Amino acid sequence: MGSLMKGGGVSGAILSRIATNDQHGENSEYFDGWKAYDKDPFHLSRNPHGIIQMGLAENQLCLDLIKDWIKENPKASVCTPEGVHQFSDIANFQDYHGLREFRQAIAHFMGKARGGRVTFDPERIVMSGGATGANETIMFCLADPGDVFLVPSPYYAAFDRDLRWRTGVEIVPVHCSSSNNFKLNVEAVEWAYKKALESNKNVKGLLFTNPSNPLGTILDKDTLMNIVRFVTRKNIHLVVDEIYAATVFAGENFVSVAEVVKDLGDSEVNADLIHIVYSLSKDMGLPGFRVGIVYSYNDLVVSCARKMSSFGLVSSQTQLMLASMLSDDQFVDNFLMESSRRLGIRHDALTLGLKKAGITCLISTAGLFVWMDLRHLLRNRNSFKSEIELWHIIINKVKLNVSPGSSFQCTEPGWFRVCFANMDDDTLHVALRRIQDFMSKNSNKVAEKASNNDQIIQNNNAKKQKWKQSNLRLSFRRLYEDGLSSPGIMSPHSPLLRT
Amino acid sequence: MRLIVPLQGVVQGRGGLFVGSLIPCCLFYFLQLYLKRRRSPPPPPPPPDSDSSSELPRTSSRSSLFTRGNSIGRVRVSSRAAPLAKPPDSPYYIGLERVKTDPYDRVTNRDGIIQLGLAESTLCFDLLQRWMSENLMDSLMMQSDGSGFDVSTIAMYQPFEGLLEAFADFMSRIMGGNVSFDPSNMVITAGGTPAVEVLAFCLADHGNAFLIPSPYYPGFDRDIKFRTGIELIPVHCRSSDNFTVTVSALEQALNQARKRGSKVSGILFSNPSNPVGNILSRETLHAILSFAQEKNIHVISDEIFAGSVYGVDKEFVSMAEVVAASASGDFDKSRVHIIYGLSKDLSLPGFRTGVIYSFHEDVVSAAKKLMRFSSMPVPVQRILISLLSDTRFIEEYMAAHRQRIRDKHFLFVEGLKQLGIPCAESGGGLYCWVDMSSLLTSYSEKGELELFEKLLSVAKINATPGTACYCIEPGWFRCCFTALADEDIPVIMERIKLLAEPSTS
Repeated sequence: MGSLMKGGGVSGAILSRIATNDQHGENSEYFDGWKAYDKDPFHLSRNPHGIIQMGLAENQLCLDLIKDWIKENPKASVCTPEGVHQFSDIANFQDYHGLREFRQAIAHFMGKARGGRVTFDPERIVMSGGATGANETIMFCLADPGDVFLVPSPYYAAFDRDLRWRTGVEIVPVHCSSSNNFKLNVEAVEWAYKKALESNKNVKGLLFTNPSNPLGTILDKDTLMNIVRFVTRKNIHLVVDEIYAATVFAGENFVSVAEVVKDLGDSEVNADLIHIVYSLSKDMGLPGFRVGIVYSYNDLVVSCARKMSSFGLVSSQTQLMLASMLSDDQFVDNFLMESSRRLGIRHDALTLGLKKAGITCLISTAGLFVWMDLRHLLRNRNSFKSEIELWHIIINKVKLNVSPGSSFQCTEPGWFRVCFANMDDDTLHVALRRIQDFMSKNSNKVAEKASNNDQIIQNNNAKKQKWKQSNLRLSFRRLYEDGLSSPGIMSPHSPLLRT
Repeated sequence: MRLIVPLQGVVQGRGGLFVGSLIPCCLFYFLQLYLKRRRSPPPPPPPPDSDSSSELPRTSSRSSLFTRGNSIGRVRVSSRAAPLAKPPDSPYYIGLERVKTDPYDRVTNRDGIIQLGLAESTLCFDLLQRWMSENLMDSLMMQSDGSGFDVSTIAMYQPFEGLLEAFADFMSRIMGGNVSFDPSNMVITAGGTPAVEVLAFCLADHGNAFLIPSPYYPGFDRDIKFRTGIELIPVHCRSSDNFTVTVSALEQALNQARKRGSKVSGILFSNPSNPVGNILSRETLHAILSFAQEKNIHVISDEIFAGSVYGVDKEFVSMAEVVAASASGDFDKSRVHIIYGLSKDLSLPGFRTGVIYSFHEDVVSAAKKLMRFSSMPVPVQRILISLLSDTRFIEEYMAAHRQRIRDKHFLFVEGLKQLGIPCAESGGGLYCWVDMSSLLTSYSEKGELELFEKLLSVAKINATPGTACYCIEPGWFRCCFTALADEDIPVIMERIKLLAEPSTS
């Protein structure tokens, strides 16, 4: 009906540009994998030959802990006989400040997720409709249509929609390359900033996810400090999306930008420029609850974001339940530790399995995915067309939905993001077996394509990575064998980290 | 400042080259300077002290070299955020803030400010509470096939089967049962506020405008104008028509807008109306639809109070019914859109439930994608499916809800009548539109705002003045009565009497 009338001559009232442009990104070819999965979803018993979903970064490893807590704490929900006496207060509550207990619990949890190395002020916590809403809201607060935000690539594919669609903000990527393991450094940011200014763009700030999506790596403290110093010097904003903060399972501790703000002197950092986006969707595995948080050191931004939070408030009964759950220290400590542990085991299983198939991944210590290197399988190493071809092969022949690097604006073809936390162990084994089978059938083709040089480089890399990985695994295992029960899984004072 | 140098004369190398290029250059620079000054007035300096109640307490304040007001690099935020440095100037928000400082409590704070500025109902909480405690634990926790508690069903992000159908059925009942709603035309959002904003984003571009009969709900200023950049053009209605909009008024407003160069994309109105509470007749709705058809613009009907109708002789008619009843050739129904939500009718504002119902499939499709920014949490979806499918309870609830509003309305209006204060005729909503012009010291906006302040500080009542609702006749106030207990009403009347006495002497 609508399509008949829309273009249909004089009678259709026109829609807005936002409603009719493609900036939502859902028509992009990157959804082919999802569409294929929807048509033929894998199920261990019912559809064992279906497509396995490895493109969804969700954390389903610790839902049993949450379930147990909910069952044991009926008072936390207004929907139980024990909790329903709170109903009238909660059902009517729509103050955009949010329940005080909720904000306090979130601030407390955010501190714990960062090992207790930094504290957060509940008055600066602002709600939004999931992290999606939080990223959009912070853009609305900081930038006008046409302004630019620098975003290191590869970056989360949906940023193109979340940061740009309704806000009119532009993204200028800061390209990172495999030559230094995609590490972000200040020089790259400076260069991109300069280039943007030269093309007369109004750069409002820098935004990145740390721990990184899709890389799974964390930024070291020195680089983070230098970035903070840089944005302060140039008087531009810094937004750090720390949605994966508690998914660190190995290696160095996660350093939040909040820690840097605390440690740097007033002359080096202008806190009014620093903002954090957070959510419970990844760390706690609760994307369905739609809890997004904007945390800003800038009072005006907090005030503005708070008014915008009416467009995406967290439902009050969710606030109540989470206030209770996240203030339960014993539960939270145990949860954070278990979650890290299970993620680490799962990550190792995946990377080991991939190694057996001759596939290496970028070394990562966080996140719900790995950044897989399939450059040696490309027909043409410099072509994104080859990457898409390979991707279609993976979807249709190997029957896995992974995400191609180009969907993350990666400048080098051949990288793929593979998620591992949204399935059970059996499914992972099936996936690995499929990869190994496929690789062994096609390994001779691979040998033909790779030049001698490539082979040598690959071998060296594999050796280096093997060494690093085994070292990491060693320290990790020892940590557990010694039965450490500290909430911050990697205590900075632990001597074991030195190995 | 962008330095764009017109090079034409220079490049073409004609005679008189120097002067020929210099003068246009100078003129051009001066023009840019002028435009820049006009376009961006310098942001207001932030208030030097932070003790106004609307600002946040400054906790970990860092007095650094870089804080606002100092010379080095003032931090630039977006042009939307900058005006928010000032405290709100609409009486609607000012009143709400003041109540927070000294809220009335029957037991612990009998001298506090009584809240009549928030359209919420607590009249039927007992029914809801009982339903929740009897029904909810199972539906929230168990799987639909009864196989036991699986938390992934509420923790994971997925839309729930059956929610749209349950909602469509519920809307049909609420709106009189004379029209059915098609679930495929519905998009569910996290509240009525995002529903209105998302619809606005879909129907109009930045700088376009909606016509809106006034007096109108003050919250629309923020919900619609804030991030979309869409203008709201009030179409003034008069007490002589009981504040019902007329086509001639719409016509006049549209023409004036066009003369100013504004592009009008649609008409937005509430039915039952807010703040007046009148119910638009079938004829009026038809006339609005014809007008929109003729001018080729959208119609947005905010029907969020549809289930809160208490007038005995008034029948609520949804725009969907008008569309369904008209012959198929008359209107292009893809221009009709309806907003709904559970915050008023079911008294569940905290749950955040809103609906966009549109006959335009591209709008539905775009709104579904925009819903990512304000989607309904899964546990709430679960609760709602149970709640809305319990038709027996819904019937019982709606009957009680209407009756209780009717009773409370009667008490409130009677009380005011005793004081010689009349109200506009209304048949729906959670409030009444009160004519307090007899208490004004001067029949003007200034007089009305003075009365508003007197009500807050002397009578200790927060009522929303007509100015905040863009009403052109001074002296009207919106008073919401559905969160009051019967014994609160005489207290309110006593307090208003305090104000009435001095002005009659």
